[in-house]
Amino acid sequence: MQATHSHPAVHDHGAHAQPTGLMRWITTTNHKDIGTMYLWFSFTMFLVGGILALMLRTELFQPGLQVVEPEVFNQLTTMHGVIMVFGAIMPAFVGFANWMIPLQIGAADMAFARMNNWSFWLLPPAALLLVISFFVPGGAAAGGWTLYPPLSVQMGPGMDLAIFALHILGASSIMGSINIVTTILNMRAPGMTLMKMPLFCWTWLITAYLLIAVMPVLAGAITMILTDRHFDTHFFNAAGGGDPVLFQHVFWFFGHPEVYIMILPAFGIVSEIIPAFARKPLFGYTSMVYATSSIAILSFIVWAHHMFTVGMPATAQLFFMYATMLIAVPTGVKVFNWVATMWKGSMTFETPMLFACGFIFVFTMGGFTGLILAITPIDIQLHDTYFVVAHFHYVLVAGSLFALFAGVYYWLPKWTGHMYNETLGKAHFWLSVIFFNVTFFVQHFLGLAGMPRRVPDYALQFADFNMISTIGAFGFGLTQLLFLYIIVSCIRGGEKAADKPWEGAQGLEWTVPSPAPHHTFETPPVVR
Amino acid sequence: MIERAAQPPASPADASTGASVVADNRVTLRKLLVVTAMMFGFGFALVPFYEKLCEVTGINRIVKRDDHQPANTQVDTSRSVTVEFDANLRSNLPWTFKPLEGSLKVHPGEIGTVIYEVSNVAGRAVTGQAIPSYGPMLAGQFFRKIECFCFDKQELAAGETRQMPIAFVVDPSLPADVNTITLSFTFFEVAGRSQAGSSPLATASAPATVAAPQSKIQ
Repeated sequence: MQATHSHPAVHDHGAHAQPTGLMRWITTTNHKDIGTMYLWFSFTMFLVGGILALMLRTELFQPGLQVVEPEVFNQLTTMHGVIMVFGAIMPAFVGFANWMIPLQIGAADMAFARMNNWSFWLLPPAALLLVISFFVPGGAAAGGWTLYPPLSVQMGPGMDLAIFALHILGASSIMGSINIVTTILNMRAPGMTLMKMPLFCWTWLITAYLLIAVMPVLAGAITMILTDRHFDTHFFNAAGGGDPVLFQHVFWFFGHPEVYIMILPAFGIVSEIIPAFARKPLFGYTSMVYATSSIAILSFIVWAHHMFTVGMPATAQLFFMYATMLIAVPTGVKVFNWVATMWKGSMTFETPMLFACGFIFVFTMGGFTGLILAITPIDIQLHDTYFVVAHFHYVLVAGSLFALFAGVYYWLPKWTGHMYNETLGKAHFWLSVIFFNVTFFVQHFLGLAGMPRRVPDYALQFADFNMISTIGAFGFGLTQLLFLYIIVSCIRGGEKAADKPWEGAQGLEWTVPSPAPHHTFETPPVVR
Repeated sequence: MIERAAQPPASPADASTGASVVADNRVTLRKLLVVTAMMFGFGFALVPFYEKLCEVTGINRIVKRDDHQPANTQVDTSRSVTVEFDANLRSNLPWTFKPLEGSLKVHPGEIGTVIYEVSNVAGRAVTGQAIPSYGPMLAGQFFRKIECFCFDKQELAAGETRQMPIAFVVDPSLPADVNTITLSFTFFEVAGRSQAGSSPLATASAPATVAAPQSKIQ
């Protein structure tokens, strides 16, 4: 180890001393501190969004209105979506990027350390705006997370708060992405060519480009809503010559790449974990890189499959249907590469590997329901039913979230210096995967039978499946408290982790001590 | 495969690379900020883009005069189509609005006319814009409006009542299985968002007085 790491943790940064306590976290420019804050923030928002989801499921436990009024129910669905997408999943991946990208490419820190601090500290005010919007007259935004007009143009001040929150979250994402792109392009260790980078860095590089390309478009779309609401513009107001369908086109130009923004880093995490526990190098590294890029490019030409029912010409429907199905090809390449990596590997199933395998299995099911929904005539039947709800929870919960869990268990020894409790970790996996399927598998049946999404009440024939789904949801929610316990007890103690706790793990991050010291790679490593 | 550098960096070379990394980072930052700004503009550029697209492809010309002549001007007396008229108001518009006839039977190619009556029951002048929609949606492209109050904004003085015509031709190439077309108009208030608070309710009870000069009908 270099001199940098050998002296004890008491650094003085040249002239100024490190603040302690709260000020350490507010003023920090250290990528590891910021990564940690991102992860805690997103976990907090995950619990908040989860509580909203459980309130929804409580209302849906039985037909009829028991717990919340329909207006409140609409607010809960909307805010559950907004908080989970923008407050939980996206910041969690940025947290991983902050922690792992400098460690994986051998950089001392992110390229713009102060901007990094700022992009994190924009998040709590945005989250606060979202939460307090429940308490303004008219309540929180209630038009669905997609904010379609005319509802979003008519709603009370809760919508303004949501729009401001999205502006802030978007600015934070853009700054985070600029940081990630710059770090990856300019700060790799000598010898670390792009095609030698760990796949997690690759997927994040592409994700960051996607974010830079589409977050400004979302900002534009919601700015148009804001001016329609307050400044007498008529972008989406039919009476003034505008068109509500225009919003859907602009929104989904952002929204579809956004879907891949939430899954590509998950692909990256899984591509790190499977080779480590199969003790084989990743099968088809180059094809993985190209598949990721193809998915990113294709994501810009499929947006209208979210809106097959607005009444578009058949030619357009056919184009978007075929383009959407085309995405199954690079995604299939990825899934087969993971399976081929496992093929004849000497596999062990520690918790990260369990979550990664669970990811492949359940995410693929979500992918297939996506293919079903891509077929225009079927989509017109299933549009806005629970089948869609089941589909996107299979890819977002079992996809993104399971990959996040996998990544947390995989790198937790590096972050904390302790091993987590393997038994409890495995219990967390099995409870999660079982309750996840109990919650969402039955929703396929509900959707096929015609139950619409975003309704607080439903016809009697849907009662049994809804009851099962609610029971599953509570099981899934409580299981995440176990996750919290595992994390906290791993931070506070446990078996000392070796520098490289996983036998088959590859990459620069395992060459630094566990826990990773405050400063790493101040002298760049040389990669051959 | 991966090793740490064996030597601490030779300082001059390293210092220069350090400085050049900072410079490179600046350049990358500037480029990415330009991309960000361009994409923000692109979002707004989509507005005229889609407007043009709809105009060129004829997808969204519902409040424009259909002045291009149908290819076949022959009146097809062999069949007739029932056109049903529907009238709606956006909730906050203090008007009444109804067609004088509920439906009309026309032959494809024949000119049909119907009068809609609209009254402003508020104590203030209100401007509205009517937006048509068709059921089945497919029928929209075969429904040619020659004259319509929806081509212009309508301003009604306080208490004014107005009768407004619409003249139309159903294109003879209308698919044979369509024998009923529902034409539905919704009036929206134009002047931004009305003072919904000081709502029309207070004025609504005032007697809705009659007959604006007929000359105001366009």
